Amino acid sequence: MSLRAPLGRVLGRGSAKQGVHHWWLQRLTSVALVPLSIGFVVSLLALPALDYASLLGWMRQGGTGLGLVLFVLVAARHSQLGVRVVIEDYVHANGLKTLALVIVDFSHVLGAAAAVFAILKVALGGRL
Amino acid sequence: MPERPLSPHLSVYKFKYTLATSILNRFAGLVLSAGFVLLVYWLVALASGARAYAQARSILSLGVFKLLYAALLAAFVYHLAAGIRHLVWDTGRGLERATAQRSAWLIGAVSVVVTLILAYCLLRPGAYTR
Repeated sequence: MSLRAPLGRVLGRGSAKQGVHHWWLQRLTSVALVPLSIGFVVSLLALPALDYASLLGWMRQGGTGLGLVLFVLVAARHSQLGVRVVIEDYVHANGLKTLALVIVDFSHVLGAAAAVFAILKVALGGRL
Repeated sequence: MPERPLSPHLSVYKFKYTLATSILNRFAGLVLSAGFVLLVYWLVALASGARAYAQARSILSLGVFKLLYAALLAAFVYHLAAGIRHLVWDTGRGLERATAQRSAWLIGAVSVVVTLILAYCLLRPGAYTR
């Protein structure tokens, strides 16, 4: 017979209340990406030229740098969430699955950091 | 791995175009994730100076890459349209069979038209010669 109270036996055994965390973040990032991605694609296609000088001018304009940083960060998170689900669905060997998920997480953080660093370097280059 | 009940997998469904819209959305997402690598490369090249950028640009303007850009545009437009369809579904609307079938055709048609317009902007003769 246990002397523990019924309350003590159940405390801490419920759900972590994070069951929808992945789902919710996927929706949040997708809502944010509607304007961010359209803005990115349209402003890219609207560029008259893609040479170094033109792009420098574009990146140093008003909101381009901030818009690019936001787009890259949110897109990277959205991509990481999406690729994770694909791996969880189709890679069934436990070790391989963990390895693949770690690689996906690391490479997304690396890509996002490299992109943000590059954007800041170009956008602030003239002023540093 | 412990034997647990699994949700029904692809193979139990009868193939229909509504199923294709779902598979295509996931595939388009993966294509865009691959495109993200290209975006990072382009940005890093740009940050590495005029010479490095000119070098990267001569690679990125090869014919193969033009095909890739067209594919990325198509994937972007489709993923956007299908994603908005999902966001509408999340509000509980549009889930009836007839409505979902109509919206499947709608996102297909919209994607083709918008992709053609954007691809023309990207690949029109004389574009980005500088």
